[in-house]
Amino acid sequence: MEIINILNHFDYTLMIVAIGAALLGAVSGSLGTYAVLRRQSLLGDAISHAALPGIAIAFLLTGSKTPLILVLGAAIAGWLGTLLIMSIVRMTRIKYDSALGIVLSTFFGFGLVLHTLIQRTGNANQAGLDTFLFGQAATMLKRDILTIGILGGIAIIITFIFWKELKLLVFDEGFAASLGFSTRALDILLTSLLVIAIVLGLQAVGAVLMSAMLVAPAVAARQWTDRLSLMMFLAACFGALAGVSGTIISSSASRIPTGPTIVLCATVIVGFSILFAANRGLLWDWTRQQRNRRGLKTAAGGLFKEPQQGGD
Amino acid sequence: MLQGHLDIQLIAIVTAVACSLPGVFLVLRRMTLMSDAISHAILPGIVLAFFLTESLSSPLLILAAAGTGVLTVVFVELLQRTKLIKEDAAIGLTFPALFSIGVILISRFAGNVHLDIDAVLLGELAYAPLNRLKIADYDLGPASLYVMGVMLVLNLTFILLFYKELKLATFDASLAATLGFAPALIHYGLMTLVSMTTVGAFDAVGSILVVALIAGPPATAYLMTDSLTRMLILSAIIGSVNAVAGYWVAYLFDVSIAGAIATMTLLIFVLVFLVVPNRGVIAIARRHARQKWEFAQTMLVIHLLNHEGLPEAEAESEIAHLHEHLRWDPAFANQVVRYALNNQCVSQDETLLILTDRGRAIAQQALVQ
Amino acid sequence: MQPLETKAIEVTDLTVAYQDKPVLWDIDLDVPPGVLLSIVGPNGAGKTTLIKAILGLVRPAAGNVLIYDKPYEAQRRIVGYVPQRGTVDWDFPTNVLDVVMMGRYGALGWIRRPGKQERELAMHALEKVGLEEYRARQISQLSGGQQQRVFLARALVQDATIYLMDEPFQGVDATTERAIVTLLQELRANGKTVVVVHHDLQTVEDYFDWVMLLNIRRVASGPVAETFTPDNLRETYGGRVAFIKNQ
Repeated sequence: MEIINILNHFDYTLMIVAIGAALLGAVSGSLGTYAVLRRQSLLGDAISHAALPGIAIAFLLTGSKTPLILVLGAAIAGWLGTLLIMSIVRMTRIKYDSALGIVLSTFFGFGLVLHTLIQRTGNANQAGLDTFLFGQAATMLKRDILTIGILGGIAIIITFIFWKELKLLVFDEGFAASLGFSTRALDILLTSLLVIAIVLGLQAVGAVLMSAMLVAPAVAARQWTDRLSLMMFLAACFGALAGVSGTIISSSASRIPTGPTIVLCATVIVGFSILFAANRGLLWDWTRQQRNRRGLKTAAGGLFKEPQQGGD
Repeated sequence: MLQGHLDIQLIAIVTAVACSLPGVFLVLRRMTLMSDAISHAILPGIVLAFFLTESLSSPLLILAAAGTGVLTVVFVELLQRTKLIKEDAAIGLTFPALFSIGVILISRFAGNVHLDIDAVLLGELAYAPLNRLKIADYDLGPASLYVMGVMLVLNLTFILLFYKELKLATFDASLAATLGFAPALIHYGLMTLVSMTTVGAFDAVGSILVVALIAGPPATAYLMTDSLTRMLILSAIIGSVNAVAGYWVAYLFDVSIAGAIATMTLLIFVLVFLVVPNRGVIAIARRHARQKWEFAQTMLVIHLLNHEGLPEAEAESEIAHLHEHLRWDPAFANQVVRYALNNQCVSQDETLLILTDRGRAIAQQALVQ
Repeated sequence: MQPLETKAIEVTDLTVAYQDKPVLWDIDLDVPPGVLLSIVGPNGAGKTTLIKAILGLVRPAAGNVLIYDKPYEAQRRIVGYVPQRGTVDWDFPTNVLDVVMMGRYGALGWIRRPGKQERELAMHALEKVGLEEYRARQISQLSGGQQQRVFLARALVQDATIYLMDEPFQGVDATTERAIVTLLQELRANGKTVVVVHHDLQTVEDYFDWVMLLNIRRVASGPVAETFTPDNLRETYGGRVAFIKNQ
């Protein structure tokens, strides 16, 4: 009887964690779609590292470890980091990659300084920093799932509401501005959504691996479709799949950390998609070349891919 | 204690300079983020070499890590070449995957061994002098000082030997190729050095903050000079200043040394970003204020020149209506006219403005540029 | 030609500077309605900047732009824009029909989605540029000329009175070039005003009826026959042009 209880309890915990990881994967996967299409894949890496001093300052100011307050601190710091990157690029000749690298590493270093300060006062331990670096998917609670569900849900609903505007912004910013849409406002909106996805995802996979959670599902999804709506949907699915499978694999044996396992699952999905996706995949490409070489098809017919259907 | 101070600062300075030299070329070649990727991706290489040698100070570790680093670069380039993935996404995919493999390897197989993820990510400079290089019981000093010293010499030698080639490959890769300088060879040579330097710096600052050492000083120097040679020298100086200042901040407030060095890197960068002559934010703002009048005056004389001798000239040069044509605030238009009159670029003929020879020369010169 | 009093586009004393460097000095330009105007000048002459300034995409340091006597913001709906083809990522996951429908986004305003009506308008525009069979194709699967025609179709569904086009002939094949010219002349025949940034001096006289010669400042503008003279060209290109007029 006792054993069954323990098993039930174990399954329940695992289920909660798996649901949480799936939700996070879905949110970061779908919002990461925009980051990948705007060639800002590594902005996520910068924002996630830059969040550390925000968390530390939020704690120093309030003395509270309430997740919502810490998440707010993380979001503000991530936002400031992004702002600094943009100003450096706009006002100096330093390029985007260097600005990003500087903000990422020095904000993180400043966070580390604050962390050692907090540690000295005896209010925190090394575990807090490890959580930030690698996430703590295994300790997720029902309450966390609710937070992720609500905030992530709001973020995704916003992308639905401004679907056409965001698509236009990402595809052709100048044209969007000529039509009278405020590209600055849309830009701020999109960055804010990215920040939300990142500070939520920090809980599951941590700062170091966050960029993979944004990039991998979207890159995999891009190989299977030429439609933005389907790409975003697939990215959400792939993210959720990586979350669930990573959680289950890491729980099946001892001493396999959850965050890195989730990231590896996402990477496997990317590898599979790059190799085997219809139309774009490398295997598809290779067989098409072989066919052309053998001259079974006329050159012109083989050059173009089959038309996809419908717009969105 | 005094010896401890000196040792740590020496290690910090040598590490900072060794990182900043190749960093100059990464910043100029827009490849800074590759160093971020390398510094994370070499983890599985280190872990595997550690399993083989069971030592953290074996030179094999550095070689294995360098190999993994170069593999990362190759892999990112291969992914890009499929045309299925853009460069930023390829980097953002590759290094977390490799890093994850490293983390899983460590926690699965090295749980009891002394290889700590935190040490890899964050480093701890304070412990660096504890690991001494000893030959026949004779203490030669901290081991990491020698490791980074060798890296510094290697980097310096590479840059001095291939200075011309590096410069050409950085600013015009295709020209370098046509001249037979094999930019690919230079590229991979540089990447090998970056990988090796990164591993060497692990001990001291960890893999996240190494990016601050690689990108921070060169970017700061880039704001201060146009010359590549000066940029290299300035980077080395700024890196050293950051290292020493960071050390003392850490000592005074009893905080992480590597974190404090990174914080100083940010502070110095922002300071230079604000105040450096010519390119700083403040200098630009002041120049704008000064040039506002010059610029407005030039606009005025060009406006007059464009309409000189044409039928509408009279209407266009009437002082009272000038602000309507140029869409200026009337008060601003008046000030500009007074400024131009003072400079004898225009003269006043009752209600009309007339271009002087001086004004005409200024207008023509502006148009020729 | 319609009387010259009404002006489709009126640019007065326009100066644009990027940071400290002026790229347009005191430009005046009147474009009468119903003309096919080409803007010609060397690289870095500010041609694209002028188009962007007319569209309100860059803020001028001085001067003013009016579209039918009103500022651009009030006249957005009657202006169509064709940006340079190279400014967008053609690997973006979308198809031809979808891109063309983007031309209706301005009329739809915020949040409202395109529907059946927009789809029909887009199909009609695709027929005009001869791409109706490509409507479902991913945009990276098109040739350069086809991509350019997609952009033209997108501008056509804007159903504008004035069209501003940035280098529509760049990198297109001879067939597409002829098709575009026919389309431009059709637009003019329907009373539209078309402003085109153009690179090829040889074809100016054949394709356009008005021309503006630009090099930071306006050298000349007016009907091609009066304006497109060797003297003006020499002034625009600083004597470096090896251009022999036809005949």
